[in-house]
Amino acid sequence: MSWDEVMPLLWPATRETLYMTGVATLFTAVLGLLFGVLLVVTERGGLLPAPPVNKVLGAVVNIGRSLPFLILMVAITPFTRIVVGTSIGNAAAIVPLTVGAIPFYARLVEIALREVDPGVVAAADAMGATRREIVGKVLLREARPGLVSGLTVTVIALIGYTAMAGTVGGGGLGNLAVTYGYERFETKVMVATVLLLVVLVLIIQAVGDLVARRLSHK
Amino acid sequence: MIQIEKLRKVHRARGREVTAVDGVDVTVREGEVFGVLGPSGAGKSTLLRCVNLLDRPDEGRVVIGGRDLLALRGTELRRARQGIGMIHQHFGLLGSRTVAGNVAFPLEVMGVPRGERAARVAELLDLVGLTGHAKAYPAQISGGQKQRVGIARALAGRPKVLLSDEATSALDPETTASILELLRDLNRRLGLTVLLITHEMDVVKRICDSAAVMRDGRFTEQGPVTELLARPGSELARGLFPLPAAEPRDGTTLVEVTFVGGANGRPFVSALARKYSLDVNILGGAVETVGGERVGRLQLELPGDPSANAAQLAFLRESGLAVEVRTRATAAAPGAPNTDALTAPAEEEAR
Repeated sequence: MSWDEVMPLLWPATRETLYMTGVATLFTAVLGLLFGVLLVVTERGGLLPAPPVNKVLGAVVNIGRSLPFLILMVAITPFTRIVVGTSIGNAAAIVPLTVGAIPFYARLVEIALREVDPGVVAAADAMGATRREIVGKVLLREARPGLVSGLTVTVIALIGYTAMAGTVGGGGLGNLAVTYGYERFETKVMVATVLLLVVLVLIIQAVGDLVARRLSHK
Repeated sequence: MIQIEKLRKVHRARGREVTAVDGVDVTVREGEVFGVLGPSGAGKSTLLRCVNLLDRPDEGRVVIGGRDLLALRGTELRRARQGIGMIHQHFGLLGSRTVAGNVAFPLEVMGVPRGERAARVAELLDLVGLTGHAKAYPAQISGGQKQRVGIARALAGRPKVLLSDEATSALDPETTASILELLRDLNRRLGLTVLLITHEMDVVKRICDSAAVMRDGRFTEQGPVTELLARPGSELARGLFPLPAAEPRDGTTLVEVTFVGGANGRPFVSALARKYSLDVNILGGAVETVGGERVGRLQLELPGDPSANAAQLAFLRESGLAVEVRTRATAAAPGAPNTDALTAPAEEEAR
């Protein structure tokens, strides 16, 4: 294949990768944040202590993280069909991507929230703040740099996961690298996709770092 | 203003039980600064946290301004807390908010409309002398300035009561002095009642009207500071005026005298020496200003056994001094307080 033939393949694949990653990130951010907060507040001595809930949640998150993504993707096919109506294609790939990334991000959210000085939480409590205010105005707000850094790591992991989207008929750069670069020995395609992926990851990391730094007033 | 009765709090963790506060009674009068002094682990922090119910006591009563706090729950309790200021050893400031934002936080919690907040924040920052630092972030200011922010924040709700949890323990001596001065000033200007806990003798000396010594969950002594200092055997007096650990030599009487305020003017040592033609030996001594009054302790050695010195000791007592005769038994008694723990240096440096 000449470079003229390779180029037209790259743009749609890039777009597909961005689409899958973008939508999955959106859902992951919201739900991962929710689960992360729940992991922290339901623990013994937390703001809303519920040890049984905490245990179940912790177990679900651990199981979610231990499943290889490829297996997870195939295993939840029936669920995917219920959610998007089909189990094939880019939209169908978003469901397992999100399901796989939520526990990952939830743990990172948990870590970020635990970094918040308990003295600040106690101070807010002493001021008569409600639990909602403590979560929103103290925990989440104080943890913002950590939450952004965690999300950056998650987005990059998601880009990695999208490489396997081809398994369920999705596209993207990873799929392009596998089908053209690996299976058809098209080295140019392989090199081009890898380069694009590297550039993409570098950009995301740089943006994430910048935002996290802006939010941190250390 | 603050009335605590028979307070008990047991910490339970992994099957172990630790009685942090074991039956404490305190009354803090309106407008006074009351200090609870004790080594780490004495239960001071728990006691303070029980006052605004950050920790719920197992037994006892906490009454602030006539309201029984333990009867309150949920919203009512939060309202009550808004009327009790609290400052913390490590300040507890929001790192993501500016100085002004931190002071505005309790106002938001109290539901003060946005438009009124800015004016109140400016007023509070002026009160603690931080007007120029409104836009700085906590990481950009010094420890003393952080505590000033903490104080401004604690005063946002115009509280009648301020709780201070080792507020100066993370600060250097100079900054400690300026923060204590500010607290004293606020106490006088606003009629603020202050309940503070500390392990620093100096804090009690500088600003407390009344004090208590806490050890193993109990108060071993409490009362107005000048009264405690004059009380024989007072741990506070020993801690504030550390005298050399001396034992009486054979044929001598070792006496520790404490003089407060009025007794200060009279030259009692030379009067004693002259009246009884004694060779009085001064082994050690210290004079301090406590609550605006000169207070001192002297360790004197008189010739002759204590029994031979009865008249001399009576003379000292009649001169308005607190007199303590040290014997070998008391010096070595297990009950002899260990003042080292009270005067230990700050546990942690400012972060």
